[in-house]
Amino acid sequence: MKIPRPSLAVYLMANEAAPELAEAAVRGGATVIELGIPYSDPLADGTTIQRAAQAALDAGITPARALELLAEINRRVDVPLVPMTYGAIVEGYGEEAFCRDAAAAGAEGLIVADIPPEESGRLRAAAEAVNIDLIHLVSPTSRPERIRAAAEASRGFVYLVAAVGVTGARENLDSRVAELLTTTRTAAGDTPILGGFGVSTRAHVAGLIAAGTDGAIVGSAAIDAIDAGGAEALEALVRDLAAGLES
Amino acid sequence: MSDSELLNEGLAADAYPPDALGRFGEFGGRFVPETVMAALDELEAAIEDAFADPAFHEERALLARDFIGRPTPMYFAERLTEDIGGARIWLKREDLAHTGAHKINNALGQALIAKRLGKQRIVAETGAGQHGVATATICARFGLQAIVYMGEEDMRRQRPNVVRMRFLGAEVIPVTNGAGTLKDALNDAIRDWITNVETTHYLIGTAAGPHPYPYLVRRLQAVIGEESRAQMLDRTGQLPDAVVACVGGGSNAIGIFHPFRDDPVRLIGVEAGGDGGALHARTLSGGRVSILHGSRSFVLCDDDGQVVETHSISAGLDYPGVGPEHAALMTSGRAEYVGVSDEEALVAFDRLCRLEGIIPALETSHALVTAERLAKELGPDANIVVGLSGRGDKDVDQIAERRGHA
Repeated sequence: MKIPRPSLAVYLMANEAAPELAEAAVRGGATVIELGIPYSDPLADGTTIQRAAQAALDAGITPARALELLAEINRRVDVPLVPMTYGAIVEGYGEEAFCRDAAAAGAEGLIVADIPPEESGRLRAAAEAVNIDLIHLVSPTSRPERIRAAAEASRGFVYLVAAVGVTGARENLDSRVAELLTTTRTAAGDTPILGGFGVSTRAHVAGLIAAGTDGAIVGSAAIDAIDAGGAEALEALVRDLAAGLES
Repeated sequence: MSDSELLNEGLAADAYPPDALGRFGEFGGRFVPETVMAALDELEAAIEDAFADPAFHEERALLARDFIGRPTPMYFAERLTEDIGGARIWLKREDLAHTGAHKINNALGQALIAKRLGKQRIVAETGAGQHGVATATICARFGLQAIVYMGEEDMRRQRPNVVRMRFLGAEVIPVTNGAGTLKDALNDAIRDWITNVETTHYLIGTAAGPHPYPYLVRRLQAVIGEESRAQMLDRTGQLPDAVVACVGGGSNAIGIFHPFRDDPVRLIGVEAGGDGGALHARTLSGGRVSILHGSRSFVLCDDDGQVVETHSISAGLDYPGVGPEHAALMTSGRAEYVGVSDEEALVAFDRLCRLEGIIPALETSHALVTAERLAKELGPDANIVVGLSGRGDKDVDQIAERRGHA
């Protein structure tokens, strides 16, 4: 997967509106679309994404339907697509079948929030077999050896957790991002590094760029915008955040 | 053996540790967001450090004796045995431990480890409220801040325990997600921990969660089985034929089973059969292998991996997951797991109340059903030990309401 530098990745929950929302996000300046496949017990997620996942489940979105929606998004936009979900969903589907079907739907990367590098052997093999880049997370609490392992194992980009905690819009990002970034950069080599968790303002994006990342990931703030004003509000938010990339 | 030797034996029981990735066979491991991985490493190191430190064992042994009231008695249930007309039924009286259940054994050990980690803020989940009360109690004793997540439905049906936790100074946070039961409480406790991981210890109440929790909880609860084994040898001159315990997440069962693993003793775990049909919490006998709350084990989930709603009259067994070591014990054939319905549990509840003058917890009542059946099957020469995991004071309102004489 090749993503532009700088990049703005936008997370959407898989639901029937997702293809239209993905188009709006890309119009606003998104260079990567992450598509959340809903899981009943999303431990890494704050209330915004929990609610979006529950609504998607209530609307009957299965992993298979989510991959169909991914394929529809792939027909409509020309940016890399990255499904994001949890281990129970990938294993329920079967790692090989999941990666095969995700690749067929147009996925170029994959994030599984609760599968750390040391547990990712089978998934990695399944992903590599169909040219899907497995993306790992590094956190301000991670020790240097874990940062190195995760950064070295990541393909496509490294997901730098910019705030300790679960997903969700925040006022301030973690003060240790710069330090985390230095260690991550050394291990990641040429692989881009995107910061996420808590990103909700243009200043956050600009701050991540100034710190030396290759861009930002916005999730909960995007869902909040959609809840408030649909595709139009999403496009406006993304355009505003994307302006932070140029600072 | 002296009390403290017994306790130390339980703590040091290191046979059958998990592998380097925290797995018991194919079960267990660490399936959590990266942000808490460092805390799990830190906890693992602190556990090894504590278990190697005589001062930790001394402090724990003293508090186990004087604060919890260990060792708990092994009681021969003479009238129940006579009524059933089969094997001799013995009750390991964890209901007589301080706070009324086995949960305090784990809470004490983990609080001592949290202190060693310098963590003053403790988060916990609770279903029936027994673990919440144990956590609140230990936090009061050590001057730690206790935050307990409890499902709204469980707060309603186990109200006396909510009141107790508040008296003890804990903050009880209602969880409204999902069905408002134990699973949802775990989700929110874990999210709190992820958010406040640098200042907070997650004091999980059951033998589940990411490594090293299942192993830690087993080591802290193994005292139940160590005492039981010594008491039965002392009282009957032989090992029991079977040990029976209820299983929700499985902490009381793993604690009483573990010291008997190498003995010719049947180990039987009893899960909640709910209405006897589709609504149940029989995770081991009715679930499939998946990931929940940080470890791989059996889970009650659909074909897609989505966790399904469970049902049990007993809040403590109303959980769609189970500790990974139980999954390994079942698949290896070393332990058996059966289901018992709400109605069957209530019959056994009444019988113990009236014949023995002991009000058992609804969780525990499930184990009594299986013990009674087994007693008939094994006949009068056999001995059966039941883990009497907790007392039923918390359940009296719920049962009275169900029977329409509230």
